[in-house]
Amino acid sequence: MIKQITVISGKGGTGKTTLTAAFATLACNALIADCDVDAANLHLILDPVLTDRLDFYGMKVAAIDRDKCCACGLCREGCRFGAITEGFVIDIHACEGCGVCELVCPEGAIVMKDHKAGEIYRSITRFGPFVHARLGIGEDTGGKLVSMVRKNAMEMAKMHGNELIIIDGPPGIGCSVIASISGVDLVFIVTEPSVSAIHDLERVIEVADHFRIKAVVCINRYDVNAEKTAHIEEYCRKKGVDVAGKLPLSDVPTKAMLEGRTVIEYKDDVFAGRVQDIWYRVHKELI
Amino acid sequence: MKIAVASGKGGTGKTTVAVNMAVSLGNAQLLDCDVEEPNCNLFLGHPLQKVRDVGIQIPSISRDKCNSCRKCAEACRFNALAVLPTGIMLFPQLCHGCGACSLVCPQDAISETTHVIGTVERSASSARRVELYQGVLNIGEPMASPVIRALKQYIDDSRTVILDSPPGTSCPVISSITGTDYCILVTEPTPFGLHDLLLAVELVKELQIPYGVIINRHGTGDDSVEGYCYENNIPVLMKIPYDRRITELYSEGIPFVLQMPHWKDQFLNLFIKLQVLTGRY
Ligand code: SF4
Ligand code: SF4
Repeated sequence: MIKQITVISGKGGTGKTTLTAAFATLACNALIADCDVDAANLHLILDPVLTDRLDFYGMKVAAIDRDKCCACGLCREGCRFGAITEGFVIDIHACEGCGVCELVCPEGAIVMKDHKAGEIYRSITRFGPFVHARLGIGEDTGGKLVSMVRKNAMEMAKMHGNELIIIDGPPGIGCSVIASISGVDLVFIVTEPSVSAIHDLERVIEVADHFRIKAVVCINRYDVNAEKTAHIEEYCRKKGVDVAGKLPLSDVPTKAMLEGRTVIEYKDDVFAGRVQDIWYRVHKELI
Repeated sequence: MKIAVASGKGGTGKTTVAVNMAVSLGNAQLLDCDVEEPNCNLFLGHPLQKVRDVGIQIPSISRDKCNSCRKCAEACRFNALAVLPTGIMLFPQLCHGCGACSLVCPQDAISETTHVIGTVERSASSARRVELYQGVLNIGEPMASPVIRALKQYIDDSRTVILDSPPGTSCPVISSITGTDYCILVTEPTPFGLHDLLLAVELVKELQIPYGVIINRHGTGDDSVEGYCYENNIPVLMKIPYDRRITELYSEGIPFVLQMPHWKDQFLNLFIKLQVLTGRY
């Protein structure tokens, strides 16, 4: 059985990708998948060698044949997403691809066309195989692309005989997050002691709960606010969620990033040691 | 003037900029469009009241009229309808509320009901000079954009409006920033920050919204973001230095302009700069 762990945070910028990259260094025989398709960053550290590139088609979008269009306006009336302008032009950012306009058009002037919404990349890195993706600007099929990344990751993991898939998840609690945690064995939540991060942590724990997925928490930059850190620990205890570890405020993650390395590869044994301890606890949860 | 605050990468300081600017201006509307994780009010602490539920119209299928012809399930492009031996089943989380199913049903078996996916809330007291509106997406609901669109109906065009956008460059960001007069992109001076800034720049260019950059945690990382901005003639509107005090105030939920008043002037300056850049001054 291939195990899967997703690293999420609710709030962005808490150190999710830094920790995913560190876990990639520490895990043996893992595949890494970047499901933060909206702002993928992991490749900047993993330095992948591309082996395969796949087009991702999202929802189709409507296209109006000007020659057939009689400007009756029925499509515009029928479209609930305001995607058809006064001049009968489709706003491709607003179009959700529902096909209602095609259904109501009496002239058969509207067809639903394939629409490339992003790309998926398969590659090899110094830590093992890696799948990442790029969602086109303004697309709304993030959830679907995340599912495709995970499907590719699963196929590749089987091919390479990997035992673990480490997933870097997106921020938030919406469709991309739901798609990146569904069916995984463990959700690893990176938070920090600030009012915003705590608020988002609570929402994200609820999402994990909602889908009945076990979660553990890591408190990053715990020393910025001792009181809030205590609050998080207390909250997690009440919720029955383990705190897998705490990391201090440090310039190591940024320095390592500037060198294109993970914090484990960077020459700072103290910080790396702390991350290692967290990884051992997480690893225990997984097996 | 409507000013959007956005960023490709999460956690760069969008909310910090939006809130501190609103607090510095005093008289402004602040719209928290990050409906998946609305955080602005953590810094304002306003008592809130609900102004409306946000729903989408989902089908409700009459078992008596339905003869399981499957036409609705075939018409639904979101796979929200499944034909089971017991009849048609709807997965409300997948439904986009497009109405295709009711259009095609030959038995007239489909009517529509409202499925609530979130709410819009506002500051309960209008005595406050910063008037906050926020959208909240319910847990387990995937679609943020309808909540953002509902929220934006409360924009008061006669006032200065600051919109705190969600992170990224996907659909909810477009819903948040379309129609604004200027977009501030907040970034941090790191390789991640630069990479995601490039994506955000692509987005605002496509939407043809004038934009500039605020560099947060200036002094950490490197100068690649600044270099990029200068090379591409993108105005760097402000640099907020990395300062442990700012981090600590942030962690407590205190807008830092309240404790570091010289920053208030900086934000007022910023506002004037934006007025100049948009030809309003
Ligand atoms: S496909 Fe649906 S969303 Fe797109 S233009 Fe037609 S009716 Fe509107
Ligand atoms: S309203 Fe549209 S999305 Fe919802 S079930 Fe009907 S066809 Fe599918």
